[in-house]
Amino acid sequence: MKDILDEVAGWRKAGKQVAIARVVDTDGSGPREPGAAMAVNEDGEVIGSVSGGCVEGAVVEEALDIISSRDRRMVTFGYSDDEAYAVGLTCGGTIHLYIEPLDW
Amino acid sequence: MSDAIFDVWVEAIKAAEPVCLVTVVKAEGSAADSVGNKLLVRPSKPALGTLGHAELDRVVERDALAELEVGRSGVRNYGAEGQQREDDLTVFVESQAPPPRMIIFGAVDFTAALASTAKLLGYRVVVADARPVFATRKRFPMADELRVKWPDDVFDEFGEDLGPRDAVAILTHDNKFDVPAVVRALETRVGYIGVMGSRKTHEGRTKRLREVGVDDAGLDRLRSPLGIDIGGRTPEETAISICAEIIALRSGRKVSALRDTEGPIHER
Repeated sequence: MKDILDEVAGWRKAGKQVAIARVVDTDGSGPREPGAAMAVNEDGEVIGSVSGGCVEGAVVEEALDIISSRDRRMVTFGYSDDEAYAVGLTCGGTIHLYIEPLDW
Repeated sequence: MSDAIFDVWVEAIKAAEPVCLVTVVKAEGSAADSVGNKLLVRPSKPALGTLGHAELDRVVERDALAELEVGRSGVRNYGAEGQQREDDLTVFVESQAPPPRMIIFGAVDFTAALASTAKLLGYRVVVADARPVFATRKRFPMADELRVKWPDDVFDEFGEDLGPRDAVAILTHDNKFDVPAVVRALETRVGYIGVMGSRKTHEGRTKRLREVGVDDAGLDRLRSPLGIDIGGRTPEETAISICAEIIALRSGRKVSALRDTEGPIHER
């Protein structure tokens, strides 16, 4: 999270709507530790990463949806029991992300 | 300055102050509307925000401070009113701890390699030696701080702030420096105390430490000889061996530590 703070604070200052996705938990060989984060603003600009590049595209979609819906939720990527998400991680692990608007 | 949680959080991180941001990421039952609630926790400052219940805030603040001390981030479950072993709520505890510190005693050949390796791992490195001719900036350009001081003075300066994530490596091989350094290191809460030397040096030093009153519990805290048994020989290989031992102690993995093995430390 630390690595993207300056950029995110800048967006906020400029009055942009922002969503932040943070890795909160991993199962198996997740590529990034809890605390890894990426942020997306209303113009679709992206900073940071939450995996080795496997799921970032899908996270941007989720984040843009959250910017418009003001919703906040957990999203899981990787092959969990229900295999609900088509996007997998090349390492075979699972990451749990929490995505929310920056309204706090 | 704004008192929005985000702004206070950013300020603390930029000032390298330890800070922990707790967010409710999942909630069920009566607490279902608390997702997104936040508590910003800092040592010796009142917490900011609320997770939705005063008792929950109190319990989570206590747990978050403990996580912050070891620099760990992750999810934890609680009941809606802070009950343990219930899982109405899942919170994400995100620790932002300042970088850990490593103090290396002894301005010897191994010191530069260990200081460089520790820097690679994100430590703030202090190199200390009482002998001005050895403890020079030219020899240790990578050190964040250099102290031409006796161990007592170094611990007077840094000892109180040392915690479980920090490390002390004593590489002097000289009882005159080693013994006071070990004694003072044992008075701190530092997580790793490694002491260099052959097995013979270790035996002599252990005897000397007992004479000055170090007990079994104290001796048991020491990694001596320090490092894991990878047959390292050069200063660089030894530095890797020491840092690997520190990582293994933190993660709780079982490795072959030199202090638990027998026979020569280096191949003949």
